[in-house]
Amino acid sequence: MSENTKRQGFLARMWHAFRRPAVTIAAGTLLSIGFVLGIVFWGGFNWSMELTNNETFCTSCHEMKDNVFVEYRNTIHYSNRTGVRATCPDCHVPKDWLHKVARKIQATNELYHHFKGSVDTPEKFNAKRLELATNVWKAMKTTDSRECRNCHEFRSMDLSKQENRASKLHEEALGRGGTCIDCHRGIAHQLPAGAVAAAEKLYKSLGYETFTLPPPK
Amino acid sequence: MTHKIWLAMAVTALLGIGVAVAQNAAPVTSLRGETAIDETSPPPLNLKQAKPANGFGRAYRQQPPLVPHRIEGYQVNLNFNKCLSCHAWPQNARFGAPKVSETHYATRGGERLDEVSPQRWFCTQCHVPQVDAPALVPNAFKNARELSGAFAN
Repeated sequence: MSENTKRQGFLARMWHAFRRPAVTIAAGTLLSIGFVLGIVFWGGFNWSMELTNNETFCTSCHEMKDNVFVEYRNTIHYSNRTGVRATCPDCHVPKDWLHKVARKIQATNELYHHFKGSVDTPEKFNAKRLELATNVWKAMKTTDSRECRNCHEFRSMDLSKQENRASKLHEEALGRGGTCIDCHRGIAHQLPAGAVAAAEKLYKSLGYETFTLPPPK
Repeated sequence: MTHKIWLAMAVTALLGIGVAVAQNAAPVTSLRGETAIDETSPPPLNLKQAKPANGFGRAYRQQPPLVPHRIEGYQVNLNFNKCLSCHAWPQNARFGAPKVSETHYATRGGERLDEVSPQRWFCTQCHVPQVDAPALVPNAFKNARELSGAFAN
């Protein structure tokens, strides 16, 4: 038996082919092909990520469709005078790429709980609602309501077009460093029982004095 | 036997007279109002909510004050009462909102509570917003002050 008759394993041969410099194909050709393929695969990655970034996908889980989606349908973000809407990802998934990918990786936790069945009945969902809501409030508060600010810009608000209450409080909020979630909790989904106490507890743990508008300086 | 026949004839005659009278009276109007059956009635008026900056006056002392601002989408259910976010003490001072009256913290039996009584929890059962709409029927309602000269200011 000579060494020549025994072939190397498949992986070993692949690895050697990978490492060996190209003999017939030009480096430039390889680079260009790689460049184009890179674009294709990057686009494909982004496209498939965006497939999970719309209302249809989010409500494909019955936990979402039967609970929070039903509540959202009665709110101003679903139907309003102008028809400008905010759907699930507009509020719950950041728009800039880094934060978006981070949130998408975090969403594997949601996949896990979906298959585990943690909230698959209305009773289980309502039992966990306070915890889920607190998570969202925490994310909003620590990012200065980043997702709200995707569409709503404080400094562009025409206070003269708002109701008296709204213009007064928005002006105060702007001056005191308030953020949207301080007052607009429950804007899109129903608030669970004990929401006020939970919000108070969360804000205290984050180091804020009050759980609504910050006090005047 | 003859009495019964006379009775039957009298009732029939009365009914006949009644039908004749009714047919000569004004025709019955329905919800369509004056619109003929082959016409389209005009669309309903799209009226805006009345939101006076200084609130509405009260017609009588015990009247539940009317709501002078938008309350569309405000959650008032067993879990949460949005109205209290601004109108409950102590945050009502910060928001400049009228405080929930003390009467709302007592039960029907007179027991005083620390939170709003369950009987008064659902605000919109008594406190309603207003729309500046023309009256559907003539209305002769008079304010309590208009009624008696002694209390008129």
